[in-house]
Amino acid sequence: MEFAELIKTPRADNVALHRPFYPAVEGTLCLTGHHLIFSSRRQDNAEELWLLHSNIDSIEKRFVGSLGTIIIKCKDLRIIQLDIPGMEECLNIASSIEALSTLDSVTLMYPFFYRPMFEIVEDGWRSFLPDQEFELLSSVTDEWRLSCINKEFSVCPSYPPVVIVPKSIDDEALRKVAMFRHGSRFPVLSYYHKKNGMVMMRSSQPLTGTNGRRCKEDEKLINATLRPGKRGYIIDTRSLNVAQQARAKGGGFEQEAHYPQWRRIHKCIERFHILQESLIKLVEACNDQSHNMDRWLSKLEASNWLTHIKEILTAACLAAQCIDREGASVLVHGTEGTDSTLQVTSLAQIILDPRCRTIRGFESLVVREWLQAGHPFQQRCAQSAYSNSKQKWEAPVFLLFLDCVWQILRQFPCSFEFNEQFLIMLFEHAYASQFGTFLGNNENERSKLKLPQKTMSLWSWVNRSEELSKFQNPLFEANSLVIWPSVAPQSLQLWEGVFLRWNRPSKFLDEAQEEMISIIRYNKELQAKVNALRRQLAEMETDERMQENL
Amino acid sequence: VENVRLLDRLSSRKATLGTLYLTATHVIFVENGSEGRKETWVLHSQISSIEKQATTATGCPLLIRCKNFQVIQLVIPQERDCHDVYISLIRLARPVKYEELYCFSFNPKLDKEEREQGWKLVDLTEEYNRMGVPNNYWQISDVNRDYGVCDSYPTEVYVPKSATAHIIVGSSKFRSRRRFPALSYYCKDNNASICRSSQPLSGFSARCLEDEQMLQAIRKANPGSDFLYVVDTRPKLNAMANRAAGKGYENEDNYSNIKFQFIGIENIHVMRNSLQKMLEVCELKSPSMSDFLWGLENSGWLKHIKAIMDAGIFIAKAVAEEGVSVLVHCSDGWDRTAQVCSVASLLLDPYYRTMKGFMVLIEKDWVSFGHKFNHRYGNLDGDPKEISPVIDQFIECVWQLMEQFPCAFEFNERFLIHIQHHIYSCQFGNFLCNSQKERRELKIQERTYSLWAHLWKNRADYLNPLYRPDHSQTQGTLHPQMAPCNFLYKFWSGMYNRFEKGLHPRQSVTDYLMAVKEETQQLEEELEVLRERLANLQKSQLNDNKAKSKRQDRSKELGLSTANNSLANTPQEYSNDLKSFPSRSPSQGDEEDSALILTQDNLKSSDPDLSANSDQESGVEDLSCRSPSGGGCLPSEDSGKDSDEAVFLAV
Repeated sequence: MEFAELIKTPRADNVALHRPFYPAVEGTLCLTGHHLIFSSRRQDNAEELWLLHSNIDSIEKRFVGSLGTIIIKCKDLRIIQLDIPGMEECLNIASSIEALSTLDSVTLMYPFFYRPMFEIVEDGWRSFLPDQEFELLSSVTDEWRLSCINKEFSVCPSYPPVVIVPKSIDDEALRKVAMFRHGSRFPVLSYYHKKNGMVMMRSSQPLTGTNGRRCKEDEKLINATLRPGKRGYIIDTRSLNVAQQARAKGGGFEQEAHYPQWRRIHKCIERFHILQESLIKLVEACNDQSHNMDRWLSKLEASNWLTHIKEILTAACLAAQCIDREGASVLVHGTEGTDSTLQVTSLAQIILDPRCRTIRGFESLVVREWLQAGHPFQQRCAQSAYSNSKQKWEAPVFLLFLDCVWQILRQFPCSFEFNEQFLIMLFEHAYASQFGTFLGNNENERSKLKLPQKTMSLWSWVNRSEELSKFQNPLFEANSLVIWPSVAPQSLQLWEGVFLRWNRPSKFLDEAQEEMISIIRYNKELQAKVNALRRQLAEMETDERMQENL
Repeated sequence: VENVRLLDRLSSRKATLGTLYLTATHVIFVENGSEGRKETWVLHSQISSIEKQATTATGCPLLIRCKNFQVIQLVIPQERDCHDVYISLIRLARPVKYEELYCFSFNPKLDKEEREQGWKLVDLTEEYNRMGVPNNYWQISDVNRDYGVCDSYPTEVYVPKSATAHIIVGSSKFRSRRRFPALSYYCKDNNASICRSSQPLSGFSARCLEDEQMLQAIRKANPGSDFLYVVDTRPKLNAMANRAAGKGYENEDNYSNIKFQFIGIENIHVMRNSLQKMLEVCELKSPSMSDFLWGLENSGWLKHIKAIMDAGIFIAKAVAEEGVSVLVHCSDGWDRTAQVCSVASLLLDPYYRTMKGFMVLIEKDWVSFGHKFNHRYGNLDGDPKEISPVIDQFIECVWQLMEQFPCAFEFNERFLIHIQHHIYSCQFGNFLCNSQKERRELKIQERTYSLWAHLWKNRADYLNPLYRPDHSQTQGTLHPQMAPCNFLYKFWSGMYNRFEKGLHPRQSVTDYLMAVKEETQQLEEELEVLRERLANLQKSQLNDNKAKSKRQDRSKELGLSTANNSLANTPQEYSNDLKSFPSRSPSQGDEEDSALILTQDNLKSSDPDLSANSDQESGVEDLSCRSPSGGGCLPSEDSGKDSDEAVFLAV
């Protein structure tokens, strides 16, 4: 097998593993095709560390005499240090890790080799199909249809094969609209607000160019979502300036003259390298060992991470507000409609739709609004905070989304079925995973890679009761209402569970979590006992009465 | 004054119309409107500043800032009225005599005995006994019997047994304001102690034999250790500057076996300015994230909090881990020294992390040792340069610890906030005056009520649901992370933005868990009742078969017990009970109703962002105006896309 060629030294003894807050451990290091495995030899607390090569973001090596040190920085932001005796071994291991963690071909990735040790109850690849989603929709409205226009990915390469569009618009018109939108991402349904029948659609920018091109079908398509006499809102996730500049490159925005029933609002959400740099700076601040309070705050501020969180949440709240409070339909787009657009549409749904705050519903949201909607996970999540490559595709767009969800969860701790761990788990798997769910950049690539046939879905694993119990929020009580988060700076916090996860002691917080769970568990047990007794008593009393009546 | 408008601090668009009343003790604003007229009550003693702003077309604006971080903005239609209110408030907010304070008129309808009981709740003699003194090494000294040695110290002072009256008096003459070294905390397990004093009057070379003997006596009272830490909580530069004024710090060469250590905490003036700067940040209208973080950093507030914590951690470590006694002082030994001693005690002794213990701690390290409450918190009109948030900082340190150790404290955040509130409110007599001596002269205990009794009576509200006396976090010394964990120190919006409810989490985990725990207790009781009934029923059924003749009687009995039980508990009642708990009601109540409640709640919650306005249209418009645009920090009101927004407004 070809991995063997990359592994020059498969095993090293007397390696010391250093991690923050743990005493150094000595043990054996093994390299396999996909994992770095460290096992301590000590009998009393034998422990193993398995690290996916694909989780490794960067690697550094240092030498002091013949003792080599490798510092491994992971995409999940953890940093570990391995002291390896022997210069040659150390060099070999370092170069192997480097090669194995930067494999070119997707098909060499671990998901293609992973064989699950658990029984598959439900195939996650079939858990969230568009047909099911449409079925739900058609039970409340008949104004929409499922279009198979993209069956062979021929109209829009980044869209799924089937999309939901207004019933009154036929496939021929859709084809024309696709020509008028960046990357052919014509407006499709993102969310239907049952309460008032308003909708949220998403697309990419219209290709108006400098001479103000228009497309009647495009206008007709989005107007089809409006009630007679009602107006809608277009939320452009770029500043007006950026949107205007886009015209020079053939892009642009909807002109008032051609879309008189729509009001356009520009909400600037940053993208690409600005976000990536923000992440790098933030993680650097979190890892800063200097003993100075001012330095920490100014570095946190300079990273701008929380500013991005605030911008994204604000835009999402605005979209939700237009729909729920204004009773208006909304179209969201930026440039490509694959990044900031999805942040806004998915967060708005979390605010509006109680279903998205359940575990199952959130999974479905991630599938619909991120995977099927064509967020290029493979490009965006190729590297994380420790990368020094200058690839411009990388950006923590999905992580920002998860962070925003966490912010809402923190403000409404009883309204979500899932807990923080669930969000952290999704973050990890988006960057490195044994499952195929987040491979590829869109449904087109996934189907070419035959992921459903060749890899295991993350959902197959998560949705088993053994796993689910870890991700359940003990405080959850279904809340059928719209939840409006505060986006004031005082209300937004650093997501410690991700960014300080490896450099703060979590023992006391974990204990608090356990305490919380046990309080609630005890309450439920008592409730069950009381109910059982009540029933028993009631039965006995009826028996008695019957006897008396005899 | 009628037709006064109360402005929402975060949104100038929202205002409520009402009537303003001035009473002898309160400013009261009553909203117009028939149903559920909302009232805002503000104690005069809470007012920290009043600002009359330039008259506008709508009236004359009056800005009232409170010591509990509430900010009230009023607009009074007539300039003259406004001026009158302003003048009255200026006078009312600055009483010159103690008798004018609210606690002398406040009457919670308790009889004399109850009041006396209340004052007895916290007993320091009992507390020192709990610590294990007097014992072989420590004794009560009566040297300060009539405040003859030090008028800011209590009458009962604990000193090493080997320190004679001669040594104490000699030492007191060598210390600022005669605040000689006295026991603050004694650690039973290893005899190590924390003592406190003021700075020595050492100047550049002065010595005092008695003072040297005093320190030696403290060291010898801890036979397990061969040296004593002397911690000066001032920045070194400040301490050195004091030498020129004949004060200063201990010279290691003159005192045998001491280790001298500076742990720099800034003085009251720096702290006052720091809080001022931080409050300015809190008051910003729709700040960007950068404005906020930059302002927070610039205020230096969290840096100061960390400095106090670090000093406390150092001392707790010395006592618990090294078994070394510590003498702590700053300049006068009543501000920084009080902060640091009480933080260290809190870390060392789980008792102080209980509700009762925390009251004792404040009584011990703050009230009895002459922390100048009146001057620091401006209860009576005085020198504004004496005002400083010294105990506020200590209270925040406790909160920061609660964040790091969620199961370690018996009390919750609300307890801290209410204590802070009452330190300024002057509703209770505990924190009046600058020393025990003054309080005794005023006969505080006979004329006012104790806060501790009030809090104790309502203790159910202040419980931390995660606290369990047998939990591992509850035991022993707390070991907070030292540097470099700067990120552990966070802005406390629950305190400083206390009145902006919209900024806080909308559902409270604490309240939720308290509701669950209460329900659990009810369930436990019901379970007991049900078990009993079941046992009775089983017995009676057995009897039934035996003696059918008695049936008549028995069924009566049964009827009775059923009635009893339905009175006690039914499932219906549970959900009703729970409805009164805010966290649970939105999800438990019937849908339509709770929807209404929540939206109203949201809208009224003075949220700067989404629900700043009670009418829905402007809510949206508000949001779009507020968020930063174009990557800059300016609200988009001022930016190019204004035209769009304007139309949006008209929708």
